Amino acid sequence: MDSLLLLEQTLNGLTLGVMLFLMAAGLTLIFGVMDVINLAHGSLYMLGAFAGATVTARTGSFALGVLAGVAASALIALLLELTLIRRLYARDHLDQVLVTYAVILIANESVKIVWGPQPIFLGTPEALAGSVEIIPGVPYPAYRLAIIGAGILAAAFLWWLIARTRLGMLIRAGTTHRAIVQALGVNIQVLFALVFAIGGALAGLAGMMAGPLLAVQVGMGEQILILTFVVVVVGGLGSVRGAMAGALLVGLVDTLSRAVLPTVLRGMMEPSAADQVAANLGAVAVYLLMALILAIRPQGLFPRHA
Amino acid sequence: MREPAPWHVRRGWIAARLGLVALLVAPFVLTALDRGYLLPVMTRMLAYGLAAAALDFVLGYGGLVSFGHGAFLGTGAYVTGVLLHHAGQRTPVLRWPVEIGGSADALVAFPAAAITAGALAFLIGAVSLRTRGVHFIMITLAFAQMVYFLVLAIPEYGGTDGLMLPARNNLLDLPLDGDQPIYWLALALLVGFLLVARRVMEARFGLALRGARQNERRMLALGYPVYRIRLLAFTISGAAAGVAGAVLANQAAFVSPDLLSWQRSGELIMMVILGGQGTLFGPVLGAFALLLLEEELSAVTEHWMLVLGPILLLCVLFFRRGLWGQVSGAPAHG
Amino acid sequence: MTLTRRSMLAASAAVPLTGLAAPALAQTGPIRIGMITTLSGPGAALGNDIRDGFNLVVKNASGRLGGLPVEVVIADDGLRPENGRAIAERMVRRDRIQVLTGIVFSNVMLAVAPVVLPAATYISANAGPSQLAGEGCNANYFNVAWQNDNLHEAVGQYVTQQNKQRAYILAPNYPAGRDALTGFKRFFKGEVIAEQYTRLDQLDYAAELAAIRNANPEAVYIFLPGGLGINFIKQYAAAGLRGRVPLYGPGFSFDQDVLPAVGEDALGCFNSSQWALDLPVPANRQFVDTFEREYGRLPSLYASQGYDAALLIGSAIAATRGRVGDRAAFAAALKRADFQSVRGQFRFGNNNHPIQTIYMREVVKDERGRIVNRTIGTAFQDHQDAYASQCKLA
Repeated sequence: MDSLLLLEQTLNGLTLGVMLFLMAAGLTLIFGVMDVINLAHGSLYMLGAFAGATVTARTGSFALGVLAGVAASALIALLLELTLIRRLYARDHLDQVLVTYAVILIANESVKIVWGPQPIFLGTPEALAGSVEIIPGVPYPAYRLAIIGAGILAAAFLWWLIARTRLGMLIRAGTTHRAIVQALGVNIQVLFALVFAIGGALAGLAGMMAGPLLAVQVGMGEQILILTFVVVVVGGLGSVRGAMAGALLVGLVDTLSRAVLPTVLRGMMEPSAADQVAANLGAVAVYLLMALILAIRPQGLFPRHA
Repeated sequence: MREPAPWHVRRGWIAARLGLVALLVAPFVLTALDRGYLLPVMTRMLAYGLAAAALDFVLGYGGLVSFGHGAFLGTGAYVTGVLLHHAGQRTPVLRWPVEIGGSADALVAFPAAAITAGALAFLIGAVSLRTRGVHFIMITLAFAQMVYFLVLAIPEYGGTDGLMLPARNNLLDLPLDGDQPIYWLALALLVGFLLVARRVMEARFGLALRGARQNERRMLALGYPVYRIRLLAFTISGAAAGVAGAVLANQAAFVSPDLLSWQRSGELIMMVILGGQGTLFGPVLGAFALLLLEEELSAVTEHWMLVLGPILLLCVLFFRRGLWGQVSGAPAHG
Repeated sequence: MTLTRRSMLAASAAVPLTGLAAPALAQTGPIRIGMITTLSGPGAALGNDIRDGFNLVVKNASGRLGGLPVEVVIADDGLRPENGRAIAERMVRRDRIQVLTGIVFSNVMLAVAPVVLPAATYISANAGPSQLAGEGCNANYFNVAWQNDNLHEAVGQYVTQQNKQRAYILAPNYPAGRDALTGFKRFFKGEVIAEQYTRLDQLDYAAELAAIRNANPEAVYIFLPGGLGINFIKQYAAAGLRGRVPLYGPGFSFDQDVLPAVGEDALGCFNSSQWALDLPVPANRQFVDTFEREYGRLPSLYASQGYDAALLIGSAIAATRGRVGDRAAFAAALKRADFQSVRGQFRFGNNNHPIQTIYMREVVKDERGRIVNRTIGTAFQDHQDAYASQCKLA
């Protein structure tokens, strides 16, 4: 494989990495601060995409669609926290898994009723429809570059939020010394609700950005959810930095292994068999990576100091 | 010194026996009522009941939330399927390092399914059991996903299209054709597992497993090899789930990779919780209830998940004893 | 004749569909037709069109096919072979349905066939896997659309005629995808520089597009039905490949289920089909008009196949006077193909697959600004699939 192709595939890996980071950042914060394992995070991603797609279709503006997607997911996350998740803080992880699994079932079926079972194919916004020559002779889709840009902005915002604001200080304290934060008289209920809403907003952003690349459809959340969990575990539960590192690592390993393996296997077997083996071994590579990292660092790349 | 069993235990045994009688007469009643098409559904219920009870063995008694039991269920199904596939094609399963041929014999396929799924559970357990809590949930999930994609990667076995089987297994040279033979086999395997599992749970091994769930340090201090006990339980559980998979492969004459998916693992947990964890009979009841719900609700509305979701939610939040707790009056463990 | 309680119930159940229950049939109720199809996920539009095309015929005849009241029982397989199999079992065993149709995807078809064919008659309105056309052909299995390879063979020949030497070809990794590329290669005389298979649920083709650019072919051939095609064609344009390397495909990637979503990115693409919007056949004009009036959109080739499937089943119901359970007689009636196909000429070969004309079409903008296909020529006349000679049926 030549270097230009490798560069392009690396960018593809970064796009996936950015999506995973947006998902994983919320999930890991929710876990870090509240000790809750939230399977319904993928549903927030899906709901954001559907809300955003609807607004985009009504107004014709993709930017408004993104705003609507983010707002809708944040709001739904907030409602979810107030009505259900709140009851789970004192419960064990099994109960959390089951209740949020039930939320997935309800969300998927509700979306099917409201929007129908057919996927929505969202167009790329007009301004980002074409391609940009990253190096002379190598055009790359502008929309994908925009996703990577948006991911960097979101990461910077999160860093500012966590490192520079009072809310961020509480979040940091919450992930490491939960009892002390509570003892200091901080209104922990409000903090929890806010963190959940922030996680929802990030998931909605990811869902809406994925819309034009994939399709807005029922079940889209579960496809990314499992990879997101891998990212969170690899990065270290509760660590946003870890989520960043894990997301980029998983995104690159997934994309590059899928790009390299077929060419390696082509010589050995017929094309359909080679592609079948390659596509699935590419997926295995991600889980292998997770097992290896956990074998070396059981708490992930960036363990929190408990 | 033998104390009389408490009322809920006796009530439980009465309920279990009544259930067994119902299952024994069901094929005859259904045939008489011209509802024979329900028998395959009941066979699937029995198989899932076995898988759910197997999961309960580690989840309910050991407190080990495995989010990867679909891998063992699917492995059992694929082992059976692969043996049948090669028997039909008259090709060997393996040429190297030892030549292994295909087989249509249930006395080969079912033990092979149990041993392979058990061995896989041993390997996955050996790594996963070093972790706790959320990490255990996640790592079992990740390993199951690995198995899922590994199976999909083998072109000969159909990938995402699934593996179609030429026939069912033979048992003592008789083909397991028709609806009844496979039903009776599934029932026998389920009852056998439940009887053995009950014994095991009342023996020292079971007490140690439950003890480690309550207080791991205490059991360690008492000199129990907690890790090894858990690993053994996990292996047995995986093997039993594999047998359930072998039943499913036979019943459908088809093996779907869906059996290995994380959704299937989630459904197994759901069955355990709906039925009542740590009761063995409960998860069987949970499996029956879930499949019955699916069968009946999906005939009424395509949106039956919208009914199932809230039921699950309410069960977890408010009825923690599960269905079996309602039947027997027994408290669920945990 | 005394009306029993049972027959009254059956008759009243038939009223909503038929308007008027036929007295002769009151004792059995309407003939039930099972439709297993894909109504969710990226392939949903295909099943949707097959269903709507089929239902249009039933609706036009006030709930009847072949003059007798029918009830169409519809279920979504979600593009999962396991689901399709479970639905088929339920329809055949519990509901005792004897005529089935509707399956879109060949992997589902192959999983369902062993369940359905021993007990019922299956009329495929889409999936035509090679496994059921050759040695594995079946007297109770009919395909009214095509054998999987057919449309791809046509483009293979067309690309050769266009004097393109190096082709990059791509399809999903499932039975129809493998049939597709086999069909293309059978008639393409140039060099296939890469034969790529993707996942059937894949929607992001960034990695493949990078590889295509790197390989620099003279032609790209894709078989990506429904939503897969929508995404590929859009991403092909976004990656700057449109206009550089011509893109070819079968009608499945360039029909009315795809074109409205893709828009101008598909303009100028050449594709093949056994049917076209502008075919000058009276039956076709009527079909297109009534379809558009009923559903407010233009029909796709899938809709035409569903429509023809209903007409074919209707012809056999009429010929057997509704005795669909007499499978030999029903199959013999189907094989005569005594119906006015929207394609004009239509007949079955020995393997119960069509012998028909395949057209080439180009994606253009019509006078109303809609993106549609225009027929530009004929690729094959009276074309039969390559597997028919291996089938033992007469």
